[in-house]
Amino acid sequence: MSNYHLTHLRELESESIYVMREVAAQFENPVLLFSGGKDSIVMFHLARKAFWPAKVPFPLMHIDTGHNFKETIEFRDRLMEKTGATCIVRYVQDTIDQGKVVEETGVNASRNIFQTITLLDAIEELKFDAALGGGRRDEEKARAKERFFSHRDEFGQWDPKNQRPELWNMFNGKKRLGEHFRVFPISNWTEMDVWQYIYMENIEIPNLYFTHKREVFLRDGVWLAKAPFMKLKDSEKVEIRDVRCRTIGDITCTGVTLSKADNLEDIIDEVAATRETERGGRADDKRSDAAMEDRKKEGYF
Amino acid sequence: MSETTSGYLNMELLRFTTAGSVDDGKSTLIGRLLYDSKAIFEDQMEAIEKASKKVSDDEDVNLALLTDGLRAEREQGITIDVAYRYFATPRRKFIIADTPGHVQYTRNMVTGASTANVALILIDARNGVIEQTLRHSFIASLLQIPHMIVCVNKMDLVDFKEDVFDDIKIQFNKIASKLDIKDIRFVPISAKMGDNVVDRSKNMEWYDGPTLMYLLETIHIVSDYNHSLGRFPVQYVIRPQSDKFHDYRGYAGRIASGIFEKGQKVKVLPSGHTSTIKAITTMNEELESAYAPQSVAINLEDDIDISRGDMIAGENKEPEISRNIDVMICWLGETPLRLQGKYGLKHTTNDLRCIVSEVKYKIDVNTLDKNYDDKSIKLNEIARISLKLTKPVVYDPYKINRVTGSVILIDEATNNTVCAGMII
Repeated sequence: MSNYHLTHLRELESESIYVMREVAAQFENPVLLFSGGKDSIVMFHLARKAFWPAKVPFPLMHIDTGHNFKETIEFRDRLMEKTGATCIVRYVQDTIDQGKVVEETGVNASRNIFQTITLLDAIEELKFDAALGGGRRDEEKARAKERFFSHRDEFGQWDPKNQRPELWNMFNGKKRLGEHFRVFPISNWTEMDVWQYIYMENIEIPNLYFTHKREVFLRDGVWLAKAPFMKLKDSEKVEIRDVRCRTIGDITCTGVTLSKADNLEDIIDEVAATRETERGGRADDKRSDAAMEDRKKEGYF
Repeated sequence: MSETTSGYLNMELLRFTTAGSVDDGKSTLIGRLLYDSKAIFEDQMEAIEKASKKVSDDEDVNLALLTDGLRAEREQGITIDVAYRYFATPRRKFIIADTPGHVQYTRNMVTGASTANVALILIDARNGVIEQTLRHSFIASLLQIPHMIVCVNKMDLVDFKEDVFDDIKIQFNKIASKLDIKDIRFVPISAKMGDNVVDRSKNMEWYDGPTLMYLLETIHIVSDYNHSLGRFPVQYVIRPQSDKFHDYRGYAGRIASGIFEKGQKVKVLPSGHTSTIKAITTMNEELESAYAPQSVAINLEDDIDISRGDMIAGENKEPEISRNIDVMICWLGETPLRLQGKYGLKHTTNDLRCIVSEVKYKIDVNTLDKNYDDKSIKLNEIARISLKLTKPVVYDPYKINRVTGSVILIDEATNNTVCAGMII
């Protein structure tokens, strides 16, 4: 390769850093949404690179469903301590206690969808005008039509049919009072890019991504982790298996993969060989063909 | 290091856009590229098999459903917006900006074309070069996409005949002579059957050129970035004001073109001050040199007042500075352009305002004729206009620099992006 040509990962990195700096320049009060999953860890890494040696000029925020893998929370707190960054936490439990939503019942009950309300409340309360998210266009077909700078009205809604055209690398973040933007700096990355970047930059990730023994059960062809707040059907049997997470989200709707991969290179080989998308194990997407589009319109991540 | 990883860390990125008319098999071609490069997963395939059965009784899986992501698109069988798709081969990673082909969607095509290295133009072998082919090629040339690949599709429906392909080449070259396209290639394909897409066709022995995938993997894109003009629009000023970095002042940005080196003399514009590059940094390292499109921070030897919107330029050939610019535009707004109207304007990292002082002419995208009389510019129309700016911009003509030569106009009432402009 020529001396003056970037590899594709460096080009993607450069694009994402550019987008983060645009956010810092164009908005008064941005926030980086952080879930403790690999995509948000990569986002935080990119943000640190974008502003080094200064601190990242915006806080992080975690919308906590209360249904977490405990390892995620431990990892989050350690990372904040190590880097000196601040992470605001807002709890779905509070939204439930305020009577704004009624908890779902039954075996497939999940708090995933309530995150939207907690998130929109937090954006309003703390007056954030831009929320940076780790969504990628390759994740899901409604996301494939998402902009880098995605405009939200005062209700936090997304109107996919009326989006601002995004030309060259110019991002239009102009808005009225009360409106905000969702910004997706790693829009153009694929799952494989994220893994390769973690490997290349030697980024620390939670142990959940590597193989470990865990109590799991099979539901609709997806392995789910056993947790105190999960109800089991009579036919479902808990067993101990070697598993790892391919994505980390709310524990009630995040499937785990049977795997013995204990290092990044093995994970990368697994990702290369797999024939299912990473969201294939996400029960939240399986609710309907347009499940993601519907949630996004209302203001989901 | 495993083989997957070592190869992956050395890949290049190629962005291409696809343009074609309705029913010329564009979605099928994209589906084919994704499917044959194994970028379609089993659960996605299952989902579109399920969805295909819902809309028609046809046995074939409708690969178009892969790219039509929104509910309205699937229900109405149309594509509304630019969709981005990704696939990779061991040589390159590809980003496809898939744009709908309807007449009214010129604005989507312009959006997709603005960042593309390659334009894929589809032609139905049965219909040959039609009005829409001219429109698509004109937009590709207007946006200065460096390479164009003309795919003559549905060769299976014309019995894979060489003379059909040759005729279309002649027809296309006639229109291309009126346009500014530097690099044109032609490939006869059948997206449906897979001929010459990834694998060589056994039905067209007469064709001895590369397959489409081979072209995409090997077309030379290193020179697509202008490496001779040093241009660094300052995006953000990093000032840590910490004990350790008390006096640190870093100019953060993404190099628009050219190469910058440590120790190099540079000029800051529009002020005209000169200085020398003290360091070029990322978080991990200090670099000896950096080049487009790297995002870096630059430190200068001298304390000069520099802020967002300024340009650090190499001294060999300076950019132009003016308050009056002429631009070729594509109008993207629902409400027509207002002559003498004021608009917000973005150029590199600059935010300013402008007045549309003159509409010079409008171009009929179907005939390329210039109309000097009709000054009304509506959605999807192409025109040449003059702008007067609130302050001078530091720019290069779009023809030699796609980053420093482009502007967007913003309607100040709605905040919508209403115009894409290329400085002449």
